[in-house]
Amino acid sequence: MSVDLEKILRPTPADMAPYEPKYMLLASGEAAVVRAVDRDEIPDLLKHVEPLLHVERDYYDVVASRVYAELLSHYQYRFQDQYVLAVQVDGELAAIVNGRQVTPNLGLSLHTLALRRGLRIGAHAFAAKMEYHFDALGHDEVLIVAESPIGFRRWMIEYKLEKRFEVPHELGGVPSWALTRELFDAARSSLVVGRRPVPPEILDKAKEAILPPSDPPTPALDPLSATRSKYDPTATALMVERWAMEEGIQDA
Amino acid sequence: MRDVYVAGIGITTFTRLEFALSEIASYASMMALKDAGITEVDQVYVANMGAPRVNHQTALASAVVDSLSLTPAGAAAIENGPASGGSAIKAGFQAVASGMDDVVLVAGVERMREVNGLEATDFIATLTHPIAEYIYGVTLPAHAAMFTRLYMDKYGVTERHLAMVGVKNQNAALKNEWAHLQQGISLEGILDSPEAMTNNPYVAEPLRFFDACPVSDGGAAIILVSEEKAKEFGRPLIKLSGVGQATDTHSVHEREEPTDLLAVRKAAGDAFAMAGLTPQDVDVAELHDAFTILEIAESEEVGFFPKGEGHIALEKGETALGGKIPINVGGGLKGRGHPVGATGVAQAWEIVTQLRGDGGERQVEGASVGFTCNFGGFGNNVVCLTFEKEA
Repeated sequence: MSVDLEKILRPTPADMAPYEPKYMLLASGEAAVVRAVDRDEIPDLLKHVEPLLHVERDYYDVVASRVYAELLSHYQYRFQDQYVLAVQVDGELAAIVNGRQVTPNLGLSLHTLALRRGLRIGAHAFAAKMEYHFDALGHDEVLIVAESPIGFRRWMIEYKLEKRFEVPHELGGVPSWALTRELFDAARSSLVVGRRPVPPEILDKAKEAILPPSDPPTPALDPLSATRSKYDPTATALMVERWAMEEGIQDA
Repeated sequence: MRDVYVAGIGITTFTRLEFALSEIASYASMMALKDAGITEVDQVYVANMGAPRVNHQTALASAVVDSLSLTPAGAAAIENGPASGGSAIKAGFQAVASGMDDVVLVAGVERMREVNGLEATDFIATLTHPIAEYIYGVTLPAHAAMFTRLYMDKYGVTERHLAMVGVKNQNAALKNEWAHLQQGISLEGILDSPEAMTNNPYVAEPLRFFDACPVSDGGAAIILVSEEKAKEFGRPLIKLSGVGQATDTHSVHEREEPTDLLAVRKAAGDAFAMAGLTPQDVDVAELHDAFTILEIAESEEVGFFPKGEGHIALEKGETALGGKIPINVGGGLKGRGHPVGATGVAQAWEIVTQLRGDGGERQVEGASVGFTCNFGGFGNNVVCLTFEKEA
């Protein structure tokens, strides 16, 4: 009797609500579309992520390596309940965000990878995936970690995330932080933007082809830059210090 | 007093530079030396504001001279807040005009992105009054916000006018390969769309994110020479024809009318008087737009427009490329970036580039008279310069 091993290896997908695409105007006036990426589009994303594996600044190498592995394993049916959203500007890939559903009530944020820097593209992408977790999937909270100081400032600080340090995150087993529905609702008015439905001409352009970013992050000229990026140019340390002080004041 | 000319200019990209501070200054200087075709100078001045505090480096001028093998030239660093660059050019001017030196290299440099944004803001805030301002947490964005509010109330400037300056200058930077910000912005994206408040939040109301210049690293350099030396170079003669510097009260609240920038008015007036020019003679200007409101206010104080009418000229497009008096066509501090010690020198770099006709896409046609305003403190130490192209 033959055994269909592939059937055993593939995860059984949960029933996840679709992501309704949206668009927003960037500071540049360009329209950015956020949409779910189909499985057969994953190879296009992989092509554009691969060069970032070699960008030794701001943890692009670490994040891109992990994103590459997540996308590839999703494509080859080796990842449980992962979703992938892409941000495109005039067809060009500007950001990738992904995550997964752990239980019907709990979401897990995987990565936010900005392939075009500035204009809050990464921040808009992160907000879109949190919107998906809470509004479409109905999660009560999402577990989050950051690999870079920039990510820490954007997620932990701007959304005022709660600590879930007792829960190791799937990304490296590091302590988790959590965005609760209450925290997300508090941040909506200032951090979450987007309009629906997306005008057909804009959506069609995005679906036509995932074009490579025209100005992607590039390797540093100075080999020491990878080390220097650890000096945290984003004020994280001071903001955390202030945060701790505020907590101390509240506790008192 | 001898006439003083510009023999060479150099600049680095303004961005996050992962090199030692003295290397950044040396690179810009090397470009200026190459531009002038010389390898020896009599004196070096290096403008910088934060090396001891931000980069843990002192005696910067000695490092630059050694790095460039310019010994035994005299060398000194000049710290004068954000007006350090203009002040160093003034020192170079005095050295040549007095006959003491024939060739002076003036470099300006800053590396601010070595520290985080909060530390950089705090470092700049150390220029405020230590007892009357700093200890109460006043920062430069806070100063600029209070100034803007007063200006809005008194003269009818609106957030739209501020955004117009931001869009004009940040988009102008797209035509300047050395500029820090290489992302265009639009009024719709930062002011008029449903996303605008998230794209462009208030940092210090009424100032928003895109009303402030970026925190930048960078260096710029200029070589000043006597007329005799200048004629040896065989290229268009650019004369540094006017220099003016003035101060105002250290703390802003002590000024009789805080919306009047008296140091700007006097420094500009002195520079024009020395050159025998009027504001109406200027073809292209670099104003110190660390915050968008400053371009509007300075354009009035230096005499381009009547007081309170700078924003009206802006609306009419008079300050844009192709307008009556194009301002900050290389992006200004808003688009090019603002490594504080380098800014005054970078302004001169842009004006000399324009007067040489090397501005490329951002060239002001037929420019022969240029003007810079380097604004230190919150208007308490200002250096203005005029440059003229000679036939």
